Amino acid sequence: MDQLIHLLGYPFVQNAIAAGIVIAIVSGIVSRFVVARNMAFAVHALAELGFTGSAGAILIGVSPVIGLMTGSMITAIFIGTLGVRVRERDAVVGVVMAFGLGLGVLFLTLYPHYANEAISILFGTITGVSRSDVVLLVAIGALTLFALAVVYRPLTFATVDPEVAEARGVPVGALAIAFLLIMAAAVAEAVQVVGVLLILTLLITPGASAERLTARPGRAAVYSVAIALTCVLGGILLALVTNIAVSVYVTSLSFVLYLGSRFLVGPTLLGREQRRPDLGS
Amino acid sequence: MPVAEIAPQLSVRFTEATLDYQDRRVWGDLSLEFDEPSFVAILGPNGSGKTSLLRVILGLTPLSSGGVEVLGEAPRRGNPGIGYVPQHQSFDQDLPLRGRDLVQLGIDGHRWGIGRPSSAARKRVAEVIEAVEATPYADAPIGRLSGGEQQRLRIAQAIVGDPRLLLCDEPLASLDLRYQQEITKLIGDWQRRTRRTVLFVTHDVNPILNLVDRVLFVVNGRWAAGTPDEVLTSERMSDLYGSHVDVLRVHGRILVVSDSTGSGFELEEPHHLPDIHDGPGPHARSAP
Repeated sequence: MDQLIHLLGYPFVQNAIAAGIVIAIVSGIVSRFVVARNMAFAVHALAELGFTGSAGAILIGVSPVIGLMTGSMITAIFIGTLGVRVRERDAVVGVVMAFGLGLGVLFLTLYPHYANEAISILFGTITGVSRSDVVLLVAIGALTLFALAVVYRPLTFATVDPEVAEARGVPVGALAIAFLLIMAAAVAEAVQVVGVLLILTLLITPGASAERLTARPGRAAVYSVAIALTCVLGGILLALVTNIAVSVYVTSLSFVLYLGSRFLVGPTLLGREQRRPDLGS
Repeated sequence: MPVAEIAPQLSVRFTEATLDYQDRRVWGDLSLEFDEPSFVAILGPNGSGKTSLLRVILGLTPLSSGGVEVLGEAPRRGNPGIGYVPQHQSFDQDLPLRGRDLVQLGIDGHRWGIGRPSSAARKRVAEVIEAVEATPYADAPIGRLSGGEQQRLRIAQAIVGDPRLLLCDEPLASLDLRYQQEITKLIGDWQRRTRRTVLFVTHDVNPILNLVDRVLFVVNGRWAAGTPDEVLTSERMSDLYGSHVDVLRVHGRILVVSDSTGSGFELEEPHHLPDIHDGPGPHARSAP
């Protein structure tokens, strides 16, 4: 415990925690929509092509966070415009992802001293983020949360009930593309903690766990954020004390929380909600 | 002057309206109008453009030529005077959404922002849920409700904004007979109470036969409109289909049967017939 308090004095730890809080809030909310819209595969593609983007950025000497963001944004636009119908979406994601990863391999070969950066992007290095990265991540996170707040209600409508939403004038197609861009930003954020390969632990698991705990949309968002915060902050602190990679703890924590939500807490909480119909809210 | 009050309110008017889809004529030269109150059945085989007709009224699909007027104005997306009940499709079991939330979306789901429902909106939602008798299960996850219960909540969602025009696109499809009767009664009662207009797309007119005062039948790009007795006759149907068609009335139900097998279209689905005297049947409502 003393050791932990001592570590909290270090700027790199404070940076990691500040970035972690923003990243967890964004991930918690975005993951609910990722689950409800069945977009796990798209998230994965955005992350992997974010890797290509950051590999390219390092090659030309730009911040990898910006490269990551650019890579996943371009992918989001491709998927959004080519995969309009649900059925063709997965195919388009696969097509774009394969080509993009090929580019990533090319960048790796062109830049010989790349191994360390590559590992950190693939598996996450939140404790390695600099002060300027933190500022960038907080800015991206704040923008993402703002965008989410603006589209929250119509996006919910378009997600759970697309036909009626369209009939009521909700721009369902435009929102699908807007959400892909929001997802791209969330991916760029979450990659900092868990890396490209483990992205789903933050962009699927919190939302999937939350919907096991409640049938109320607002409450599900709160639970999802709480779970993401527990995973990210718990992961950072445990990693500091034990010197094992953050992503190991984040993935383990999120897996345990999912199992707990699904089999231990969820059935009781859901049952209680339904026994006492609340006429007010 | 009381004249304005007596003059019937126009719900929908088509003027020489034509809709083409990829060089194919869906329907053409459609000229008709429906005043308030009417209960209109829109009939025709699959692919005859019934849903497209609703999409034109909703402002989602433009006409290829001709005109359409909806509640006295050009069609526009998100017209608050229109309520919409889609074909029943089950919600995912684990979707974190209650029936109450679904109805709430009918009030403000199209607005930007996060939005916390006002107490007036919440009260209105509770009233409408009570009116469709869905209160006992309005707080359960909607994906765990039966098809009929989900469809009740959809009707609540469609009427919560007090629409002048209610569009129903095959709302009875994939419901069993008991729920078909319940949902039909719900929509019919609403229409009679509010004296508004319902456009009801269906492939089977029989469940709503006693509610309908106008029929629009579309097939092969052509159409016929009038009262059920005017339109649903062997002569009119044969003319419309361009081949001999018999319209049979059996036990107060209507069957349209073509003599050339394969190209025929039956308004009545035969498998419903044995159920008719069964009453409520064994389909117990699954209590949440």
